Amino acid sequence: MLRVDNLINSFGDFKAVDGANLTVKEGEIVAVIGPNGAGKTTLFNLITGHLRPDSGRISFKGEDISGLPPYTICKKGIARSFQLLNIFPRLTVFENVQVAVLSQHNRSLNLFSPARNMLIEETNRILENVGLLDKAHEIAGAFSHGDQKILEIAIALGNEPEFLILDEPTAGMSPEETTATMGLVKRLTVEQGLTLLFCEHDIDIVFSTADRIMVMQQGKTISEGTPDEVRQNEQVQQAYIGGD
Amino acid sequence: MFKGMIHKKTALALVAILLVMLILPHMIPRFYVYLIASILVMALLAMSLNLVVGFGGLFQFHHGVFFGVGAYAVALLLTKTTLPKWICFISAPFVAALAGLIIGLICIRLSKLYFAMIQISLGSLLWALAFRWYGFTGGDDGIHGIPIPSAMSGVSNSYYFILIIFVLCIIALFFILKSPFGSTLQAARDNAQRCEAIGVFVKRHQLFGIIIASFFAGVAGVLFVVLEGSVFPDLLFWVLSLEILIMCLLGGWFTFAGPIIGAALMLSLRTFIGIHTEYWTLILGIILALLIFFLPQGVWGYFQEKWTLRKEAVAERGQ
Repeated sequence: MLRVDNLINSFGDFKAVDGANLTVKEGEIVAVIGPNGAGKTTLFNLITGHLRPDSGRISFKGEDISGLPPYTICKKGIARSFQLLNIFPRLTVFENVQVAVLSQHNRSLNLFSPARNMLIEETNRILENVGLLDKAHEIAGAFSHGDQKILEIAIALGNEPEFLILDEPTAGMSPEETTATMGLVKRLTVEQGLTLLFCEHDIDIVFSTADRIMVMQQGKTISEGTPDEVRQNEQVQQAYIGGD
Repeated sequence: MFKGMIHKKTALALVAILLVMLILPHMIPRFYVYLIASILVMALLAMSLNLVVGFGGLFQFHHGVFFGVGAYAVALLLTKTTLPKWICFISAPFVAALAGLIIGLICIRLSKLYFAMIQISLGSLLWALAFRWYGFTGGDDGIHGIPIPSAMSGVSNSYYFILIIFVLCIIALFFILKSPFGSTLQAARDNAQRCEAIGVFVKRHQLFGIIIASFFAGVAGVLFVVLEGSVFPDLLFWVLSLEILIMCLLGGWFTFAGPIIGAALMLSLRTFIGIHTEYWTLILGIILALLIFFLPQGVWGYFQEKWTLRKEAVAERGQ
């Protein structure tokens, strides 16, 4: 479904992504791991169009999407969450998700009909699905960190994606919250038939959740395979797992 | 149509205010009617600015230009062409919107302060044009004695005309703000990056916001001509843009009605303190400084916050 070939992106002299390769098949859960600064977030930003690659190719469902702007890529069915909190803090929880649903239904430029009566069911269904329905009318900026991370995922779901990218969905969460969130993510993936690409620091979570794993180091893909294959890869053991 | 959008009590209060405003010209001296009419004109201008500044998060620092373009457009059309008058009045806001499109297209490529700088430069260009082109715009004399249809001229008639258009415009602005377009505009203000990630072409969306705001600024410009019967280059000068920005700040950025309060405060200050001293801006400055320290959310924003807190307290006691 998604193919990344020999992707390179540099900030000045620093090559943040320097030869990344990745293949994600439909319905798979794929994790990207690697030490801090390995280029995971940059890779995601390249896939979703927030950065333009210097060279290399990204194709989605056989179509070249490298260098397209984020809003076009989103409309092709790729939605994402961000590592750092990235919500609309002054809007209510409901509005946060509704804005995405409106965009998905191409209603964003509608000027004269009240938004509050629009696509309510769709929005509420998503909120119910992630368990935020009872807090729908609170201001999102006043939320706890954990709930804001969940809201991130809910906003991404508002675009009815086929392909979901989560950049450290459990960053900053307590162990209980982490377990609950990953349970939620897994359930959503199965229920909605999503293909999931995520990155995560907690190795246990990665190995228990992902179908396949891609390991990055200094911008390069050093291994790609099933959890067992990755675990046995010497380079990975040296670079990452056994390294500390 | 309004169902669920405003409270019954608020709606009743608004109708009451409107009724009072309708009989006002028969009760108070003409000078005050004129003052209220000019407050309405400035309030509409400030509200159109707040659409892009408060709700759109753009650095629209030279919004007065679109007001001036609207005013000059109707003045020039009325004095230099033989078009039917209603066409002159209706087309002026569209001329302002066109100016919004052109200036917006250039500005929107840049962000934040760079956006503001290029807008001030382009706006100043238009001001220089109006200031220098004696043959066409009357230069620094401006255009006087613009023929206004008798139904809208005179203090009382122009007051009614301005009031009607003002009410229609704020209803339109209210709907725009509550529409999908409005909530997406606010989402883009809160977080442009995230907004692109959910499939919104943010720059195009903001450009539409600028065009709409320019249109309403153009309407305010037309109302100004109806009230004053003249135009002059000061309408395009950046000082006016700064003043309406202060009105939004005074009243409250993130509130719908804030700019009206801001305009009323500012024009009243200028009128009543301006009688006693030409240094009225000194007093404005002190008030602004105090406001930023004590009511950073603006006057209207402050009261809105108070009311929400009280409502929540009542609701809690009720439970």
